[in-house]
Amino acid sequence: MLVPWRGFWNPRSKAPGQEEERHVKANDRDYNERFTYADNHIKTAKYTFYTFLPINLFEQFQRFANAYFLVLLILQLIPEISSLSWFTTIVPLVLVLTITAVKDATDDYFRHKSDQQVNTRQSQVLIKGKIQKEKWMNVRVGDIIKLENNQFVAADVLLLSSSEPYGLCYIETAELDGETNLKVRQALTVTSDLGADVAKLADFNGEVVCEPPNNKLDKFIGTLYWKDNKYSLDNEKMLLRGCMLRNTEWCFGMVIFAGLQTKLMQNCGRTKFKRTSIDRLMNTLVLWIFGFLICMGIILAIGNTIWEQRVGRNFWAYLLWDELLSSAVFSGFLTFWSYIIILNTVVPISLYVSVEVLRLGHSYFINWDRKMYYSRKDTPAEARTTTLNEELGQVEFIFSDKTGTLTQNIMVFSKCSINGNTYGENMLPIIFIDSQKTPCVDFSFNPLMDRKFRFHDSSLVEAIKLEEPLVQEFFRLLALCHTVMPEERSEGELVYQAQSPDEGALVTAARNFGFVFRARTPETITLYEMGQPVTYQLLAILDFNNVRKRMSVIVRNPKGQLKLYSKGADTIIFDRLEPANEELMYTTSEHLNEFAGEGLRTLALAYKDLDEDMFDEWMKKLLFASAALENREERLGALYEEVEQGLMLLGATAIEDKLQEGVPETISCLTLANIKIWVLTGDKLETAMNIGYSCNMLRDDMNEVFIISSHTMLEVQQELKNAKERIMGPSRERFSSSQDVGKTDMYASDSVFEETIIAECALIINGHSLAHALEADLEQILLDVACLCKTVICCRVTPLQKAQVVELVKRHKRAVTLAIGDGANDVSMIKTAHIGVGISGQEGMQAVLASDYSFAQFRYLQRLLLVHGRWSYHRMCNFLCYFFYKNFAFTLVHFWFGFLCGFSAQTVYDQWFITLFNIVYTSLPVLAMGVFDQDVNEQYSLRYPNLYRPGQLNLLFNKRKFFTCTLQGVCTSFILFFIPYGAFLCAVRDDGSHISDQQSFAVTIATSLVIVVSVQIGLDTNYWTAVNHFFIWGSLAVYFAILFAMNSDGIFRIFPSQFPFVGTARNALNQKSVWLVILLTTVVCIMPVVAMRFLKTDLHPTQTDKASIRIKITNLRRVRRTSSRRSAYAFAHQQGYGELITSGKNMKVHTSSTSAVPSSSPGRTHSSGNWIENMLKKRGAVEAEETMDSGVTEHIRADERSEDSLETLYTH
Amino acid sequence: MGKVRADAGPFARRPDNSAFKQQRLPAWSPSLTPYTVLPVFYFLALVCVLLGVWLLITVQNTHQLKIDYTDAGACATCAEMRNDPTKAKMNCDCVINFNVPKTFQGDVFIYYGLINFHQNLRRYIKSRDDDQLVGRKNSLKSPSSYCEPFAYDENAVPIAPCGAVANSMFNDSFTLTYHPPAGAAVNVPLYRKGITWYTDKNVKFRNPSTNTTLQQAFQGTAQPPFWQKPVYELDLDHPNNNGFINDDLIVWMREAAFPNFKKLYGILNRAHTTFSYGLPEGNYSIAINYNFPVQYFQGRKEVVLSTVSWFGGQNHFLPIAYLVSGGLIFIVAIVLTAVYVKVGRSGKNMEE
Repeated sequence: MLVPWRGFWNPRSKAPGQEEERHVKANDRDYNERFTYADNHIKTAKYTFYTFLPINLFEQFQRFANAYFLVLLILQLIPEISSLSWFTTIVPLVLVLTITAVKDATDDYFRHKSDQQVNTRQSQVLIKGKIQKEKWMNVRVGDIIKLENNQFVAADVLLLSSSEPYGLCYIETAELDGETNLKVRQALTVTSDLGADVAKLADFNGEVVCEPPNNKLDKFIGTLYWKDNKYSLDNEKMLLRGCMLRNTEWCFGMVIFAGLQTKLMQNCGRTKFKRTSIDRLMNTLVLWIFGFLICMGIILAIGNTIWEQRVGRNFWAYLLWDELLSSAVFSGFLTFWSYIIILNTVVPISLYVSVEVLRLGHSYFINWDRKMYYSRKDTPAEARTTTLNEELGQVEFIFSDKTGTLTQNIMVFSKCSINGNTYGENMLPIIFIDSQKTPCVDFSFNPLMDRKFRFHDSSLVEAIKLEEPLVQEFFRLLALCHTVMPEERSEGELVYQAQSPDEGALVTAARNFGFVFRARTPETITLYEMGQPVTYQLLAILDFNNVRKRMSVIVRNPKGQLKLYSKGADTIIFDRLEPANEELMYTTSEHLNEFAGEGLRTLALAYKDLDEDMFDEWMKKLLFASAALENREERLGALYEEVEQGLMLLGATAIEDKLQEGVPETISCLTLANIKIWVLTGDKLETAMNIGYSCNMLRDDMNEVFIISSHTMLEVQQELKNAKERIMGPSRERFSSSQDVGKTDMYASDSVFEETIIAECALIINGHSLAHALEADLEQILLDVACLCKTVICCRVTPLQKAQVVELVKRHKRAVTLAIGDGANDVSMIKTAHIGVGISGQEGMQAVLASDYSFAQFRYLQRLLLVHGRWSYHRMCNFLCYFFYKNFAFTLVHFWFGFLCGFSAQTVYDQWFITLFNIVYTSLPVLAMGVFDQDVNEQYSLRYPNLYRPGQLNLLFNKRKFFTCTLQGVCTSFILFFIPYGAFLCAVRDDGSHISDQQSFAVTIATSLVIVVSVQIGLDTNYWTAVNHFFIWGSLAVYFAILFAMNSDGIFRIFPSQFPFVGTARNALNQKSVWLVILLTTVVCIMPVVAMRFLKTDLHPTQTDKASIRIKITNLRRVRRTSSRRSAYAFAHQQGYGELITSGKNMKVHTSSTSAVPSSSPGRTHSSGNWIENMLKKRGAVEAEETMDSGVTEHIRADERSEDSLETLYTH
Repeated sequence: MGKVRADAGPFARRPDNSAFKQQRLPAWSPSLTPYTVLPVFYFLALVCVLLGVWLLITVQNTHQLKIDYTDAGACATCAEMRNDPTKAKMNCDCVINFNVPKTFQGDVFIYYGLINFHQNLRRYIKSRDDDQLVGRKNSLKSPSSYCEPFAYDENAVPIAPCGAVANSMFNDSFTLTYHPPAGAAVNVPLYRKGITWYTDKNVKFRNPSTNTTLQQAFQGTAQPPFWQKPVYELDLDHPNNNGFINDDLIVWMREAAFPNFKKLYGILNRAHTTFSYGLPEGNYSIAINYNFPVQYFQGRKEVVLSTVSWFGGQNHFLPIAYLVSGGLIFIVAIVLTAVYVKVGRSGKNMEE
């Protein structure tokens, strides 16, 4: 947890003037303190215990609604204006403030806790010549800190020295860029000589001059000045905050950037308070209502002025107004304010609180959902934000990370083609159940096998056991041609440290098939071939790079034969084959097509026997070339090329980049819901495309796949333009052929048109091009093209670019965006999008911490959006409609009464009724509706993804809807007032005494109102649970109970002037005429609504109405494709370890016998022994964790099936 | 936020499998199907029409007679006197003759009606002190500020009952005389008590408790400026109808909701043989002690004689409203049926 969760950064006041250059002196706090560099303390909490109340109240009153009610409260204290007692406002206001304050306090408490946790992490700092434990927050710029294995780096640190030779150290940057493979960092030679010598380190007083804090993760420019020398520094010497030290016992570093100025923090972007579109709409509407309120106030004030002048003045004798009040205009002015107070209930004070409560409820339902609980990691879904739920029902764009989100980042050797025969089970339509279908191959013949490995085709084992030479050669190649480092923890327990997971998968496969790669020295490779140790002499590693797209090794086997083994991209290998291989090449190529069609990552394998003399010659040239100073790379490349000719094809491998469960199904389901999914990944183009294919996002039947990977702005522009023309071109023709030309232009700008021509195209754009395309000139065209394509994949993008893409869509499309990711590299994107989703249950927690929702599997997204999101949206919209309706119906009765009471601001209702109506009589039924309602059940929601459409189109609550429901409210208030008015004009009781008094009238209207709104909520409730019944009937009961209580003798005797309605309820409600009035009012208010709804379902059925009869079930089965696509190479992210291995640098040299030339043979043997020793020594911490990991995975794999029974076991 | 159970285990954080948490609560999902909506419409139409007819018949059997006496006949002079400030305090009586065309059978109620008198103005309604009216000693001597400017008289003596409502109490009085075709005129006997709500008379209005006379209880208070006599002399004959619990005061203090209203004045005493069946048809006269000025506000005053039915006095609004609503609902029901038959049933959406 490096980034504390949501909250506002307090950007420290920057030093006067932007920092232009950073000067840091090691071990010199006094010097460094002259600059105002940020320390390593992070604060996200807003309040302290003492400041909570004032600050929180201040913040709350900054909200428009709260301030408004405060003003109202003040107005009510002026007797001339006060038309209502003060308690009608203060009771709801205090309630609202309290609820909000409690929520804020809880939030802040958790922020404090997470701050605390991050800030108090221990770190070892060199202070005054001693290594002392310090909390993270006390680390300062310029300090020298000691890091140990598997520790997070506390700040951005310049690597000084490490336990490994040559100042090397390994880091895992998963938190930063999502890549889990190890990266190497190397200290300057001068500083690595400092070693672990504390005294020397304490004396170190180098000064670093470097760039100011920025967010570029892969760049660092600086200079170290030490002992009158200058050393240039680059990113290879930096350990960034968020990295984890791996395979390195310890290292020392000097803090360059701390706290908020670290690259990680700079990349996090500002946390913004996210609000939903409904929130914004609600604010607008509240403003409109406010305007409406003022209009009503003005109308009534003018009415009052006129009335006072014409009628009221004659009444002065009875009222004896003051001189001042006797002016009609002034009276009108006062009336205005009085009416503002009376009618204030149209601006619903409880709206905001109720909405919060609803959202909280919906969040809990997400947390409680067992179908989004991932039992293997024991991770339930979590709604980390409670304010965005209904937005989940409106998502139009999903931006997804790849690694860890769509894929498991597990590479599995799944198939191979050896000498024209394919092995490995045919892919089942649905991948993730394959492991349960056919029995796994039994590898028990092999004591060194990896237990996690699964293979489902025993014929390959048979072939091995029959000792078919080519099959053996195939696995020998896999065991030899790689740059993996083995670690043997105890006898037979091998762990491979692979730079890329692909390589690991291949070597593991070879291991299980009996060709166990067991040990390596710079000069040799030891295999156990079918249990027999065989040592190969490693003569050369022809390492992989981007251009070569292949790697080879040259070895001498025990028999003395020279062999070159090569693996690489099929196209590259096929070009270098011996002509005799043509037939085999043809078959293999077919197999490759098949593999690629299944989205597997393929490699072609080939070997070659080398001639001794030729090799000697070549080796000489190689040595010469590697000593060259100029064009070394090119020369080497040419030499490699020379020897890698005339290869003999062995076969091909297919590695499955394991997708997360159910990813293709989820994607196709979401696509059917008209959600566009864009993949933004830091991975390479090929990897990304591969996944695109296996996720069913890219298909062979697509019209076109545009790949944009240019390096200049102009080229990018051109490519985008071309793409646009290509898409628009044919569709335009197609369109205009059926419609007349004039219409086409009209439609051109229309989104409907745009939707219709979304062609089966895909856009794939890489990071370089994206950087250009995101500039102001090109972003529009980029967006156009992207939105015209069905699939968009951006690869090699930086975290910031991810955010920019999201921002672009957010800015130009009025659509809700959702970003989903698992790593720290997704944080900025997650924070930028309207909704951020983090994949939890993984090692890194950053994405989760920055996210609004988190769960363990990508596939839960389907449920989150289509079920929870959709319900939330429906509930919220129905809730809002009803809420506005209710308040208008309730309040506007006063408006009509104004015309009959001389516009004197007399209320119709008892003031207690006004106080309690919104918070007691009508709040719970609508809340229950808002929490529990289900228009269709979850099965339907998932089965008919187009039920999601109304949310995207914002159909259920918009300005029109608002007008409809307020109009309904106005009509209801009209009926509510005028029917009782008509009846009461000349009514008397059945005992002749009068009933047409103001109090009886008030009780009658109030009762009608409560009954009408209760019936209405009954109509709006689609899903009557026991709770709904309880609340609706309960509210009615409570209304009558409170009514009679407040009209009772007892309470009147205690507070006569507060409860003047004594006896009214009794005397009014025992009258048949009153009930006749209530019945009539209810019928007249409700029946039109029922009729309208009935007509609407009949004439314009909505998606929901139709859903129940839709027969066609869209089949979401994964279609098996035959593909012409070849997945090219599946290889490392960067240059391999080849050089490191041959140089022996990463193999520890015994300290006492530091051989000057590590490559000389006697030293080599020595060091190799030591190296294994060291490896053994180092196991310690790394392994502890890894065993745990693998243990867990193993348990999971094995118990895949028994899980259910286990679950039941735990439940009972 | 997720609930974390205390016991650790493989599924420690798994949410409970309760119907509530999984949103699987058993529920009733009503929907507007034609089989529910259409019958309801027809049924309601029937109910409304039947009720309307019944009410209409009932109303037809009630009687009501209004006599506007504001400036009718002999009362015109009184009206002028009330208009003239110099003669405002002078007594004025007038008699008006009228004819009851048909016998008012059963209980007959006599109301006074005021037209265009706004008893529902906010400041007017509030201008009273319920604490005082319930007989609290403190409030008697220091009336609530709501009563201003009728809380204290010019000598700073508290007014009881205070406030504009009480001050403007209706103070005309009526004497009804029956002139039978043969024989002497008979005074129509009226109950002038028991015309209020029980709760008002017994709970809401109480005289200040006292061991001595009512007059002493009200000592130290002034009568409202418009009144001719103090509150403890409102009904000298009946001690339990005097002071704050005087029925006329209580009736007046229950403010009307609308500017045109009528308030109960008295009930026909049917003990008298002539009136045992009600008010017989024939000629009547009404003697009015004319005090209440209405000319200022262009108001009218009237006397209303009325009988009541099971749902109150003569009220044509309800039956007509029911008949109209019933008719409309019926029409809508027919339209809905038509739409359903034409579109809904043939359409693809109402199955299930």
